[in-house]
Amino acid sequence: MQKRTWLMAAAMLASVAPVTAQTIYPLNRAEILEGSRFDFKVEFPNAPASADVKVTINGKPLAEAFGREVQFVQNEEGQKHSALWLRGAQLPAGQYVIEATQGSNKATVNWTVYATPERKAKNVILFVGDGLSVAHRTAARILSKGWEQGLYGGELAIDDMPNMALISTSGTDSVVTDSANSASAYTTGHKSCVNALGIYCAKNALTLDHPKVETISEVIKRKRAGMAIGVVTNAEIEDATPAAMVAHTRRRSDYNDIVKMFFDVQPDVIMGGGSPNFLPKSTPGTKRTDDLDFIAKFKEAGYTLATTKAEMNAAAAGGSKKLLGLYNTSNIDGAFDLRLAKKGSISKFPDQPDVVEQTKAALEMLKGAQDGFFLMVESARIDKYSHSLDWERAVFDTIMLDNAVKAAKDFAGDRNDTLIIVVPDHAHPVSIVGTYDDDRPGQLLRDKLGTYADSLPPNYGPRDADGYPTKVDTSRRLAVAFGTYPDTCDTGRPYLDGERVPAVKGPDGKTNVANEKDCTGPLATRKQGNLPFDANSGVHAADDVLLTAMGPGAERFRGHKPNTFVFRVMAEALALGGK
Amino acid sequence: MIDNSPSRRPPGRRTFSRRGLLTGLAALPVSLRALAAEAETLTFDGLYKSFGVLGFQFSDRATSLRGKPVRMTGYMAPPLKPESHFFVLTREPLAICPFCQSDADWPVDIVVVFMRAATPMVSAGQKVAVSGRLEIGSSTDAETGFVSQIRLVDAGFHSV
Repeated sequence: MQKRTWLMAAAMLASVAPVTAQTIYPLNRAEILEGSRFDFKVEFPNAPASADVKVTINGKPLAEAFGREVQFVQNEEGQKHSALWLRGAQLPAGQYVIEATQGSNKATVNWTVYATPERKAKNVILFVGDGLSVAHRTAARILSKGWEQGLYGGELAIDDMPNMALISTSGTDSVVTDSANSASAYTTGHKSCVNALGIYCAKNALTLDHPKVETISEVIKRKRAGMAIGVVTNAEIEDATPAAMVAHTRRRSDYNDIVKMFFDVQPDVIMGGGSPNFLPKSTPGTKRTDDLDFIAKFKEAGYTLATTKAEMNAAAAGGSKKLLGLYNTSNIDGAFDLRLAKKGSISKFPDQPDVVEQTKAALEMLKGAQDGFFLMVESARIDKYSHSLDWERAVFDTIMLDNAVKAAKDFAGDRNDTLIIVVPDHAHPVSIVGTYDDDRPGQLLRDKLGTYADSLPPNYGPRDADGYPTKVDTSRRLAVAFGTYPDTCDTGRPYLDGERVPAVKGPDGKTNVANEKDCTGPLATRKQGNLPFDANSGVHAADDVLLTAMGPGAERFRGHKPNTFVFRVMAEALALGGK
Repeated sequence: MIDNSPSRRPPGRRTFSRRGLLTGLAALPVSLRALAAEAETLTFDGLYKSFGVLGFQFSDRATSLRGKPVRMTGYMAPPLKPESHFFVLTREPLAICPFCQSDADWPVDIVVVFMRAATPMVSAGQKVAVSGRLEIGSSTDAETGFVSQIRLVDAGFHSV
């Protein structure tokens, strides 16, 4: 019995051992595009000397496998580990087993380096619906196409595509992802960790020092001189999803560095909000901490600058091929405010383009590129409005995404040379559970909720030409439930006075409490939060998301895939592999 | 929406002695009243004459009040420490407008307030009236590296 206890203790100790094991980057089961650049790093615990460690690739010394010498750093950055580095490594296609031995400990990872077949697509358009979940999609269909006797009045452009797959979005460090590492999976083909872009999350102290992996923009710039690149969003251009096209940082909030990375990569068309990080620190309204003037730098590099929709359209009509479009100091206002409520920053920025107009202008500027183009378009605020539990705004921006996809499909037409992919980067825990009907008896919001047989169709106002309802504050409305929330008050109605603010900081300055502004209306219902007390908004969900696609290469999408597979399909369609 | 890295938070406080703090506190009401009496009132809406993608222009009135005592009302941004010589004054309560900015970044139209002494902060989201001397122009705080375009210095505040 005693011996058994001892053995169990030993087994428990052994199971703890991996915490101090060597870590090899890229991580186990990485799939790497042939010829793409990646930083190879091995971290050894307890700061051993070079002579005490050994690393092989398929049994061969590293220098032989990589064709270059690696560097060994004992006590990297004064930390309690040693590191072995090769920045900018490349490998030919094949299966690789990497072994890192330190004393009696051996760590092993396997990589697949894949070649790409013959080029299938001239152009790729990647649409990212940030936070786009199935309920947003269903609600967008009800609002923009109508519902009668169980059938919809039409199909969404994002649904009407021949190929579909279920995509999982977790990062390397956690089940629930954020928009940085999930977008990075699409643009690099490598998993990363929360808040990180274009890197593996190692032990480095500085955010820009972690082992990097190449983005699709960098691969295209390196391999295809005649291809153009576009990055379009209605978030700040430095925000996670657009940043993933160019950035390498452990911390997505390194906005000033990310602007520099945009300048280094120079995508041909760059559009979004977030202008303050382009302005030198001497300019009132800047967020830079240095004297670099990126407006001037981009202009010197041949970019046309547009700060309004009119300037954007003039640039596109005038034949500009390189555009820096910055339309707001923060995020561009969403469709709900642009069309209906006119809140947000509409009064400050009265001539902002929406994502559809941006997409059309970008296509106009990119379509002439001799060797095709890669365009990433993000409808960013589906996510942001879902964080604030403002589902009407999130669904309006889903309709906006759908209209942008429609514009891309019109472009692709019968060309059969353009791969279009529509994919969320992660989900929100959101569901349509019935309809609120003001005519139901009772005084409470829950009395007004019709479920099952009582979930009568909503009576939103007539739709405009673009499929948006012209009135949403009607007597029968969708009841959309969020699975996570801080302490908050639910009004059961759209927030016409500006984006919903579900919670505010409490008197202790740390915990968040319900925003009393929403707690006094006729049906207002106080809800006790189900999130940790420091949360002031809803959170992401780990639920899988739905990808739809069409065009050459889209046939690869079926069944269930990891998010990194999206990169692989795009790289294959454009034949980006090779030395 | 989940980045809480230090660089996105308000800069830290400088060290101070408890005695200095108490002295400063005792002096505060008197000097505030004195300042308030002669101070011109400036509003967030009145700070700029243009507010565009490529930057702001301060209003003629704000420019003319440069170097003079002014009084402004706004909201104290959540301070990093309970006592500080320095806080950020915002137009809207920052804690209830986290969605205006990704990653809880600062709004662009902030006013940085430097007080005469390290002072206990009030709870975040509290409306405050600040009196101090108006400074305009780009300045980098030597201690924290925080860059600001408009400041109230030698300031004091009270909750309203």
